[in-house]
Amino acid sequence: MPQLAGPTDPAADARWPDVKPRKGFFTDTSICIGCKACEVACKEWNHNPRDGDLDLLGSSYDNTGALGASTWRHVAFIEQGGERIDEARATGRALVDLGMPTVGPPSGGPTASGPTAAGAPAAPAGPAPDMPPDTPEFRWLMSSDVCKHCTHAGCLDVCPTGALFRTEFGTVVVQADVCNGCGTCVAGCPFGVVERRTDGTAAPKAKRGPRKGEQPDVPNLGVAQKCTLCYDRLLDDQTPACAQTCPTTSIKFGDHDEMVALARERVSELHAQGRTEARLYGANELDGVGGTGSVFLLLDEPEVYGLPPDPRVPTADLPRMFRQAGLAAAGMAAAAALAFLGGRR
Amino acid sequence: MTASEYDSVRPPEPAGRRRRGGRGGRGARPAGADGARPGGADGAREAAMVPEAQFTSYYGRPVVKAAPWGPGIAGYLFLGGVAGGSAVLGAGAQLSGRLTLQRNCRLAALGAVSVGAVALVEDLGRPERFVNMLRVIKLTSPMSLGSWILSAFSAGAAVAAAAEVDRMTGERLPLGPLRSALRLVEGPAGLEAAAFGPFLAVYTAVLLADTSTPTWNHAHDELPFVFVSSASLAAAGLAMVTTPATEAAPARRLAVLGVIGDLVATRVMHRRMDPVVAETLHDGRPGILLRLSEALAVAGGIGTVLGGRRRGVAAASGLALLAASALTRFGVFEAGIRSAKDPRYTIEPQKRRLAARRAAGVTDDSITTAG
Repeated sequence: MPQLAGPTDPAADARWPDVKPRKGFFTDTSICIGCKACEVACKEWNHNPRDGDLDLLGSSYDNTGALGASTWRHVAFIEQGGERIDEARATGRALVDLGMPTVGPPSGGPTASGPTAAGAPAAPAGPAPDMPPDTPEFRWLMSSDVCKHCTHAGCLDVCPTGALFRTEFGTVVVQADVCNGCGTCVAGCPFGVVERRTDGTAAPKAKRGPRKGEQPDVPNLGVAQKCTLCYDRLLDDQTPACAQTCPTTSIKFGDHDEMVALARERVSELHAQGRTEARLYGANELDGVGGTGSVFLLLDEPEVYGLPPDPRVPTADLPRMFRQAGLAAAGMAAAAALAFLGGRR
Repeated sequence: MTASEYDSVRPPEPAGRRRRGGRGGRGARPAGADGARPGGADGAREAAMVPEAQFTSYYGRPVVKAAPWGPGIAGYLFLGGVAGGSAVLGAGAQLSGRLTLQRNCRLAALGAVSVGAVALVEDLGRPERFVNMLRVIKLTSPMSLGSWILSAFSAGAAVAAAAEVDRMTGERLPLGPLRSALRLVEGPAGLEAAAFGPFLAVYTAVLLADTSTPTWNHAHDELPFVFVSSASLAAAGLAMVTTPATEAAPARRLAVLGVIGDLVATRVMHRRMDPVVAETLHDGRPGILLRLSEALAVAGGIGTVLGGRRRGVAAASGLALLAASALTRFGVFEAGIRSAKDPRYTIEPQKRRLAARRAAGVTDDSITTAG
């Protein structure tokens, strides 16, 4: 049985003979401009069909909705007023005050890729901590969400067929030709990422077919689908499509350790600018999923972005559940024995 | 709560998010709405001063995804329990020489497990690949272990039931020389099915609990006990319906034990669960199903104790118990699906447990860090 919780190297834990360095994303939402190029590149590269009919969801510029079987990158848009910005800054400062683990002190300014290039305003002199560099009365948060490729992946743990597997890069991938669409992984994921693909036959409004304006047939119907961290591209030493296309380098891709270090550097840089609302999500290997392969820099509480505030891989409690189930089964057998022996006194 | 003229075009927020008893619960607040009212003009902003009730979500959308399971799965939860319990009862009858009870329980076990298995396969996204369930044995996957339990159980139950059918038809099954072999293995097969019976009844509880679906996951300590109790009373109820009262005494005793176990386990589950998540078991349709289930279980139990020796009363009590078990499974199933679809049941308990750990001085295990 593999390790169920706690820090580990997932590929080695899956007993790969030749473990490659763990790969991951660092999504710096402070420089995301909400262009959705990642969503488009992902769909194109992975031949993902559109989900349902085109629709306006009335949630700022987000008309994608959520991550799903055919949406492996999802850009969230959140509009906030001054009061909420202050709240976010306060919760961020509270995190700093907690003395959360800080590994690798900040060293120097922006990296070669220039993370401050697009969105974050330049703050050369370092404004006073109470003088936020952003518009004080309004802000627009944009964040490109993706599969977390957890160290302890709830989806992978509960998959009964072995269709979900851990790659040599430490990522989690579905084998579409093995999956039988049982749906357990959908409920298993603490982040609501993986989903069973449907063709929407309940409401077949989108026309399908080879003609212009019609949608092509949906591949991998009835099968669980999610981000593969472009496993096919990784095997060829290529960058995943979303990271390659991101015009602001908000989505960075590389070795997981490097991504975490970069994230820590960036967050302390923002803190130094007085933007205490900046915080990391998934960079702590002691958290409920053993740390995530995709690390995020957020500017508010995770639930604001639709992320769970304290996810925990359900399998971490599996030994306890098995114990309870064993007790219950024994109780049932004992009750039956009592039912038969009770009458023979 | 309308502060912007555009609020009217936002999709409706999920219902049922109000805390029962209304202790200051502030409903789902779409995060995106804040920008539209920079002054914080509406009353809900004041409620933010109460940190305990704070709840923000992304436009009220779910955080975790609900399992894509239809009513067939809830039906399987019930039928798997009936099958497992029936095999256990059948083995008891076999060992104590109650031939009618043995026959009826063996047939019930095979019938229930067959229909249940069909419902399971039918619910798959790719039913033609159902055999992939037996591709690996995976200890971390309750679904994998359950598939193996189901297979092992079905093998024994099928052999035992085949022997009964052969006897009922006056040895007219075209078995040839295999008949003597069947007679030889039917006893061990019945016991083998019984050995897997309790596991067939209980594994579905672990299957539900080992997910991120709030209601199921929060019930992981008690759900196994709820499920075996429900399975026991259902199988015993079925035996009381099918078997004459003279041979059904063990079934009646098992029914009463099952009812007691069911009432206790369900109550403990309600009490120990996070109060916000427990709403899903109390409110709406799942609440109605579970309350009805409890009433039917009590009625069936009382009927069994008072009139179980009379055939009519026994049959009516048995039917009430079967219905109670089915309602328990459908209630728990639907409560879980609802809890996954409302972000409140994911976010609030998680925020609270995170705050509790921080208050207790544990500050190193949060997924959100300052650096």
